[in-house]
Amino acid sequence: MEHSTTTDGSAHIEVQGLTMAYGENVIQSDLDFVVRRGDVFIIMGGSGCGKSTLLRHLIGLHEPARGRILYDGEDFWAAGPEDRTLFMRRFGILYQAGALWSSMTLAENIALPLEEYTDLEPAAIRDVVALKLALVGLAGFEDYYPSEISGGMRKRAGLARAMALDPEILFFDEPSAGLDPISARRLDDLILEIRDSLGSTVVVVTHELASIFAIADDSVLLSRDAGTAIATGDPKRLLAESPDPRVREFLSRGEDGGDE
Amino acid sequence: MVDRATAAELNVARADDGTLTVRLDGDWRLRHPLPASEDLLAAIGGPEVKRLAFDASRLDKWDSGLLVFLRRLSGACDENGVELDLEELPQGVRRLLEIAAEVPEVRSRRATSKSWLAAIGESVAGAARTAPEALRFVGEVTLATLRLVGGKPRFRRVDFWWTVQQVSVQALPIVSLLSFLVGLILAYVGAVQLRQFGAQIYVADLVGLAVAREMGPMMTGIIMAGRTGAAFAASIGSMQANEEVDALKTLAIPPIDFLVLPRMLALVLMMPALVLYADLLGILGGAAIAVSAMGLGAVEYFEQSRAALDLADFAVGLVKGSVFGVMVAIAGCFHGIRCGRSSAAVGAATTSAVVTGIVLIIVSDALLTVIFDILGI
Repeated sequence: MEHSTTTDGSAHIEVQGLTMAYGENVIQSDLDFVVRRGDVFIIMGGSGCGKSTLLRHLIGLHEPARGRILYDGEDFWAAGPEDRTLFMRRFGILYQAGALWSSMTLAENIALPLEEYTDLEPAAIRDVVALKLALVGLAGFEDYYPSEISGGMRKRAGLARAMALDPEILFFDEPSAGLDPISARRLDDLILEIRDSLGSTVVVVTHELASIFAIADDSVLLSRDAGTAIATGDPKRLLAESPDPRVREFLSRGEDGGDE
Repeated sequence: MVDRATAAELNVARADDGTLTVRLDGDWRLRHPLPASEDLLAAIGGPEVKRLAFDASRLDKWDSGLLVFLRRLSGACDENGVELDLEELPQGVRRLLEIAAEVPEVRSRRATSKSWLAAIGESVAGAARTAPEALRFVGEVTLATLRLVGGKPRFRRVDFWWTVQQVSVQALPIVSLLSFLVGLILAYVGAVQLRQFGAQIYVADLVGLAVAREMGPMMTGIIMAGRTGAAFAASIGSMQANEEVDALKTLAIPPIDFLVLPRMLALVLMMPALVLYADLLGILGGAAIAVSAMGLGAVEYFEQSRAALDLADFAVGLVKGSVFGVMVAIAGCFHGIRCGRSSAAVGAATTSAVVTGIVLIIVSDALLTVIFDILGI
């Protein structure tokens, strides 16, 4: 929410020695990376490599088997459940299918976090809801139910809800999944606009290369076979300079990297 | 980070050329109360105002709070033909306002609150629409059943056996408990009256007849409506919401044959067995009271029950049980199939399935009781 402090390059999220597991089944181990404040950070990797699991760890839905996740230097999972919700209030999350509450109208969906966590008057909440919907291009759709609008619109409405509390960090789980190329591109533009205007840090889980190259400042590439991260850094530079053929292969849809 | 920002403040300066300059001071974030805008909005409506400008030199932090405020002002400016000059505002603020203004507002607002009269009218019209739909569904199920008799089943055998297991073995614990308790309650109610005449032994007749003809099938039906009817509606409903039913249709597999028939068959086949089981437990419940609280012997009670009941009484219960099974399956599957495409609709379908199932059970029970009475059974 500190919008005057935009991209100053300081660490916003630090992941240190993170091992993720479902019971005995280790998904990824020893992940280390830093998300800088104001960056668009991509978590990428092939299907089933644990991208979404990593996101679930970052947003507090799944506890790490080992390792730490720091927000502004404070250990997220070492905090008690109560304190963790204070961290989580600074997050905005866009789930893969929008995850709008289907028994509520779009306006009610966006108003709920505002009613829970701010002292705004109902009239002010209405205005904020109208603003958020206008920002995602859904002005006037307040009274529609999620089932009455298209999938792309649901996704944008989900983004409006994610932005309801002006979060410091926006998390996106596969933002372009299920969208046509033009809508996906528009969503990418919107992500950048919001980052530039509000100075939020953005963490995106995706494997869409077009999206990755369009919006990324920094990234981590997870590999299922290696069971850990095989690269971190700006994907454009990784494609050009990475010595690892697996990294270039992923970033070039398999057209590079087979030549070694 | 130290929050040293001062609360948001608003200073309006008026120039001779009709320009209102609004100076925004301090912290304009949603977490702090924003200054009242009524005076300013009224001033914009004033006759001599031609232009609204801003001074953001003392603006500290901002978020949606500032944007909401500015959108209110811009609305007022549009209404009064006042020029809005955003030049002095931070780049991010201008950009976000532009994005928000890009898409023209959808004017086709839908009415959110209806009058109660309209609501009643709509629900009546909705009920009237449901009747032919339900009839059609029953017809389709009948046709599908005939097809099944004539040919090979379109459903997977494993689905059928899985449902059989769900509606029989898995239902036994709750059927046991409730039937036993109902028998026990009946015995108590009867005992209080019969004791006055010294006719405690007839508790066996009362419990036996009531359980075999009425309470056994009725309790089993209601348990199955709550347990299985709801499960049918929820499982088919979520398949409908998930487009799985459409996937069947486009493969030319009729959902009635594939989804409804195995469930209905399983329930109709297993209901008589469950009813018999419930009868037995009910009589046991009665016997438990008779032996423990009324001083009757177990053998005595058993003999009296056997004398009181004949096979026709059990047959009545079994027929009722089968009919209730059909009712519960139809209600559950019907509401599942016509479920909407959202998770809220699945919940509504489940509720309707249980309510419809129980209503159908009681209504058909009343009809059957009259019919059996006329037939003299």
